[in-house]
Amino acid sequence: MDEQDKPISLVLFSGTDDKLTAAAVLAVGAAAMGRPVNVFLQYYALDAFRNGKVTQDHSLSPEASESQAPIVRAHNSQHWSDLLRQAKDVGEVNIQACALSMDMFGIGREDLDPIVDGIEGVAAFIASAGDGQVVFI
Amino acid sequence: MSTLQIDKSIDARGMACPGPLMNLIGAIRQGQVGQVFEVLSSDEGSKTDIPAWVTKAKHELLEVREDAGYAHFIVRKAR
Repeated sequence: MDEQDKPISLVLFSGTDDKLTAAAVLAVGAAAMGRPVNVFLQYYALDAFRNGKVTQDHSLSPEASESQAPIVRAHNSQHWSDLLRQAKDVGEVNIQACALSMDMFGIGREDLDPIVDGIEGVAAFIASAGDGQVVFI
Repeated sequence: MSTLQIDKSIDARGMACPGPLMNLIGAIRQGQVGQVFEVLSSDEGSKTDIPAWVTKAKHELLEVREDAGYAHFIVRKAR
């Protein structure tokens, strides 16, 4: 398989809006370029995908300094959920919730935003990643 | 001055990366083969993204023209 046709697999761990946006930009870019994209939602990222919580304020990562934070918040980038919807619209994007994180936080399938395609275990995620790159964010 | 016949022009100036590219993709998907699309973008990322996508998607980049603070990208839907 051509390197450019291999899937790109994003593990989203952080649930802050800056990291989710950076990840969603990667997803939409990869999808636009024809790469299959797998997204695996763990820990705090999964929490941000709860029904009704997606567009809430999820704060910024600790590396955002006091002077950077207002710049990041004021920037006119699209919301990460809109970017992910666009990614799904232009390409093959599969968003799965980590079964362990679901269990840890007591989240059920019905608690997740419909943008999430399903729940899977880590082995299934690794299987879908194949020999494509895996990025941890 | 361009003499190309533009079928659809998209003004994506002010949009952040990858907004202008995504608008172009959306327009091309809805358009017909042979139609010519123009995107106006002030996003620096478009200068690399639009040519990369056009090549990958096998369309045709007819022209990139710099203007005051933005660029025109003119693309023909080839398939």
